[in-house]
Amino acid sequence: MTKVTMTVNGKAVCGEVEGRTLLVQFLRERLGLTGTHVGCDTSQCGACVVHVDGRAVKSCTMLALEAEGAEVTTIEGMADADGGLSSLQQAFQDHHGLQCGFCTPGMVMSAAALLAENPRPSEAEIRGYLSGNICRCTGYHNIVKAIMAASGQDVSAIAAE
Amino acid sequence: MYSVEFDRPATLEAALAGLKAEDAQALSGGQTLIPTLKQRLAQPSKLVSLTAIPSLQGICVADDGMLCIGATTTHATVAAEAGAHYPALARLAAQIGDPAVRNRGTIGGSLANNDPSACYPAAVLASGALIRTNARDIAADDYFEGMFATALQEGEIITEIRFPIPEAAAYMKFAQPASRFALVGVFVAKTAGGVRVAVTGASEEGVFRWGAAEEALSADFSAGAIAGLSLPADDMIDDLHGTPDYRAHLVKVMTGRAVSAAQ
Amino acid sequence: MPKDHGIGAPSKRREDVRFLTGQGRYTDDINLHGQAHAVFVRSQVAHGRLNGLDTTAAAAMPGVIRVFTGADFAGVGGLPCGWQVTDRHGQPMQEPAHPVLAQGKVRHVGDPIAVVVAETLEQARDAAEAVEVDVEELEPVLDMKAALSDGAPLVHDDLTSNLCYDWGFVEENREAVNAAFEKAHHVTKLELVNQRLVPNAMEPRVAVGDYNTGTGDSTLYTTSQNPHVIRLLMGAFVLGIPEHKLRVVAPDVGGGFGSKIFHYAEEAFCTFAAKALRRPVKWTCTRSESFITDAHGRDHVTRIELALDAEGNFQAIRTETHANMGAYLSTFAPSVPTWLHGTLMAGNYKTPLIYVNVKAVFTNTVPVDAYRGAGRPEATYQLERLIDKAARELGMDPIEIRRRNFITEFPYATPVAVEYDTGDYNATLDKLIEIADLAGFDARLAESKARGRLRGLGINCYIEACGIAPSHLVGQLGARAGLYESATVRVNATGGLVVMTGSHSHGQGHETSFAQVVADMIGIDENMVEIVHGDTANTPMGMGTYGSRSLAVGGSAMVRATEKIIAKAKKIAAHLMEASPEDIELKDGAFTVAGTDRSVAWGDVTLAAYVPHNYPLEELEPGLEETAFYDPNNFTYPAGAYACEVEVDPETGKVTVERFAAADDFGNIVNPMIVDGQVHGGIAQGIGQALLERAVYDEYGQLLSGSYMDYAMPRADDMPFFTVDHSCQTPCTHNPLGVKGCGEAGAIGSPPAVANAVVDALQRAGHASVTHIDMPLTPARVWAAMQG
Repeated sequence: MTKVTMTVNGKAVCGEVEGRTLLVQFLRERLGLTGTHVGCDTSQCGACVVHVDGRAVKSCTMLALEAEGAEVTTIEGMADADGGLSSLQQAFQDHHGLQCGFCTPGMVMSAAALLAENPRPSEAEIRGYLSGNICRCTGYHNIVKAIMAASGQDVSAIAAE
Repeated sequence: MYSVEFDRPATLEAALAGLKAEDAQALSGGQTLIPTLKQRLAQPSKLVSLTAIPSLQGICVADDGMLCIGATTTHATVAAEAGAHYPALARLAAQIGDPAVRNRGTIGGSLANNDPSACYPAAVLASGALIRTNARDIAADDYFEGMFATALQEGEIITEIRFPIPEAAAYMKFAQPASRFALVGVFVAKTAGGVRVAVTGASEEGVFRWGAAEEALSADFSAGAIAGLSLPADDMIDDLHGTPDYRAHLVKVMTGRAVSAAQ
Repeated sequence: MPKDHGIGAPSKRREDVRFLTGQGRYTDDINLHGQAHAVFVRSQVAHGRLNGLDTTAAAAMPGVIRVFTGADFAGVGGLPCGWQVTDRHGQPMQEPAHPVLAQGKVRHVGDPIAVVVAETLEQARDAAEAVEVDVEELEPVLDMKAALSDGAPLVHDDLTSNLCYDWGFVEENREAVNAAFEKAHHVTKLELVNQRLVPNAMEPRVAVGDYNTGTGDSTLYTTSQNPHVIRLLMGAFVLGIPEHKLRVVAPDVGGGFGSKIFHYAEEAFCTFAAKALRRPVKWTCTRSESFITDAHGRDHVTRIELALDAEGNFQAIRTETHANMGAYLSTFAPSVPTWLHGTLMAGNYKTPLIYVNVKAVFTNTVPVDAYRGAGRPEATYQLERLIDKAARELGMDPIEIRRRNFITEFPYATPVAVEYDTGDYNATLDKLIEIADLAGFDARLAESKARGRLRGLGINCYIEACGIAPSHLVGQLGARAGLYESATVRVNATGGLVVMTGSHSHGQGHETSFAQVVADMIGIDENMVEIVHGDTANTPMGMGTYGSRSLAVGGSAMVRATEKIIAKAKKIAAHLMEASPEDIELKDGAFTVAGTDRSVAWGDVTLAAYVPHNYPLEELEPGLEETAFYDPNNFTYPAGAYACEVEVDPETGKVTVERFAAADDFGNIVNPMIVDGQVHGGIAQGIGQALLERAVYDEYGQLLSGSYMDYAMPRADDMPFFTVDHSCQTPCTHNPLGVKGCGEAGAIGSPPAVANAVVDALQRAGHASVTHIDMPLTPARVWAAMQG
């Protein structure tokens, strides 16, 4: 076992882990941050996306020890300071950008990373950026719409509620 | 994943020393290696992470005009920073995997693994790049030795890839719809010395150069120049995503489109 | 103006807040004190005889608590099948045993052989590799037609053949149908494959078994769409635990699409092992494991024929389908190619004579069962592809030929045993023509052509039988269960309500839409209504969520229970106001005496019910809690019309969906936002089936598309925005809400639209010989079709 130290959602944390412990296991099993999900084992579904030093990464494809000293943000750290939904989270609710909720944490983390890089992405840019996040429920329609809305774009012309 | 030791040295020397252990394995971005380990398809005794070694990171243009990319530079960094010097390479990097994978995956890791459907091998081979390791420089033509096979020796680490910058180049990728790896990817690079065409995704032998197309395009750098060519389908991959004939056909289509895009 | 609350309002989903902040509680988030971890040792071969099993080395590995094998389950029942089909000759289907752990033979890659339970997951994995399995490989049975040939190896040695059943529907019509074909002006024929799919809910299955040593009660936490069904099947048929000693909890569930209806071996194992070991046992499926253990969907090979007269009127339909059951009968598998498929072969059309033959076949593959739409997508696809082909052969417009044959008078009894209560197929088709802007197609075609792309337009209609219920009907059809639904409405003293439903929400938003209904009926704020589901300990016996049944059946039960609440509350209000109950009106949460200004608030009445100081105790019990079970007298019949426009890259064969429009008639709508979302998701799954997804086995029975590396899941950049409309509403005539169900429509209606569009594009480009391409219409297949 090796000690690992990192900052998660603004809080310094440490724990003893094995070499093979994945970041997602550390978050879910050690820290109890179960908002980060595991939907596949081939690094494709994106349910496990978190931010490491500000960048979206798949926490199922990174060892916990590789995050030594890193700033990690998970879905639990995405709400506003007052605990309310952030504007991005609120847009997902407003535009029905989630159904079963399982892919949602990864979707929100990827969308937040996109908007940090590209504050006003086009529909095609959003769809391209989400290519590593699989949703089986929504057909992506309302996810894309929510992200456009969160970036201040008028989505009223996009068909349907 | 089997139990494994983990080491994250800060210098190349320490990494090389660490890799001397029996069954030690270098770990770069891990975007292929970690899934492989999770499936228990490999059982290294130790993982030596290269990501904390500053000298292996970053992009610069050397005095000889070569674009030098550190081995652990991520695809995202290449996509963001190589464009000013080598736009086709930056665009290729921006098409690998997905954004989260690009934030971890590295050029050196991709080349060391040499997946037959990976994108970077096409760029390296078409560009005639040099693979620099801790021990030597390897010309691209000598580096790729077939599916998942390279000229790297045990314990040898890629430190940098040095790209000559072509006059014109483009990469065209036809994605396998599930994995989004290249079903066929073609990189075309035109230099003063002629045109090089490298194909990934198609062949059982991994990345290869399409000599007939290079010859035709060196004489006339236009999509029409390859119209009369056809690529034998003999060594092409046959899987549920495409027959050898289809892949051979796609190579030609993607080559033509790459030439047009490189104009 | 859309409503802002109650029935018809696009109320935002209350469940979203927890999902958006990482506070959802899915089964894998549950970790019980002292929990051990289970890892299954599974067959790596498709078909084999289990000659020996050596667990000695595994049992001695660090952390291993116990290794279970088939021998541990010798006295335990097998996984039951919930539906019995009777064949053409009046005989029951062949029904093989389905052991929890393999007994003597393994029958598909993934078939469970042994289970290691250890202190940690990795220890269990390590030890699972040390279990030595001696398997003698047998020739696998893979192709359905070969499986039925003489001398084919048997998947189940104790059965006479690999045929589960040979079903004819309606058998009495067979000769009349054949006669109609004899004298037909024109016959259109089509052979097609409705390929095997893997449902792929994003949350992999998980089971956590727990045993209370003090009370002797067992609890199973599981990723299920129907916890009561699991309790019944597992308790009564597998483990012999009476229902009062067994609790099944399905907490937040990350999508199901059918795959989480069924009772799986892992659920029974974890419940069994927790009792055996006196500690909780958890199993979490990896995605790779889910590919070889979750029930698959579809997998039909069909030959269909349509007889027409000279004017294009449909005279008769005849089909022969081979339906793959896989290695065992999953919970509802036999019903899918029969009652959920044969009964829908009339589609939206007044074809007078129909005969459907289905041969269900055992093979050495993962069991196949209901997947979003279940039988109805298969029916719709064959019919709507066939009609397009017929129109082309007769030189008729594909819209015109459909209109000509539409059923226009309701109720309509089809020749395949169901009665459509209501519908207006011309209305949805008209709406589709408008919202899909078919008038602008030619301009878009020209624009595509200018860019070197082939454009095509595909249209189709669909109908489905939803609100899966009528117990009396499904009982006649072979169901071994009732298919009613239940609700208990508990009103608290201060006026808030808890509605306990037997339905289960795993993405459908019941916590919001169900609350809208009850709040609307009483005239109170939606936030005063809490919906509880997913726990057999605190919900009435219900059959769960599938077949687009939750609102139509479960919602109706909730309406009935709420009606009882209101009736009783009126009596209390009447007492409080010294009026007659018949004169009491409930509006906006207040009870008034009709024609007066006398009124009491909802909260006054609910308080009186629980603090009965001034209360008619001699006539009325205190309290305000009612239960209703609702069993409708018919299915519901959502219907609609879909249009897809594709572009085909002529050089690569790659198809892109450029536009997709859906005009659906779901009857009345409770939450239009949620309905749109359900349709979007269904369309994406349908486009996925049409263009991307396919479970492929190699000649050895290994699943080649066994991960997301090879099984192409639809991604955001595979999809366009969709145009959906549900303004055409012919309310269901036989449930109190007038609702029909919307969960499966998208997946049913969309595959033929896409396929029709691709064929249209190729036809327009001069590929006259291309009349059909099997799904998925991959670039390689479309390119090959263009090569002739």
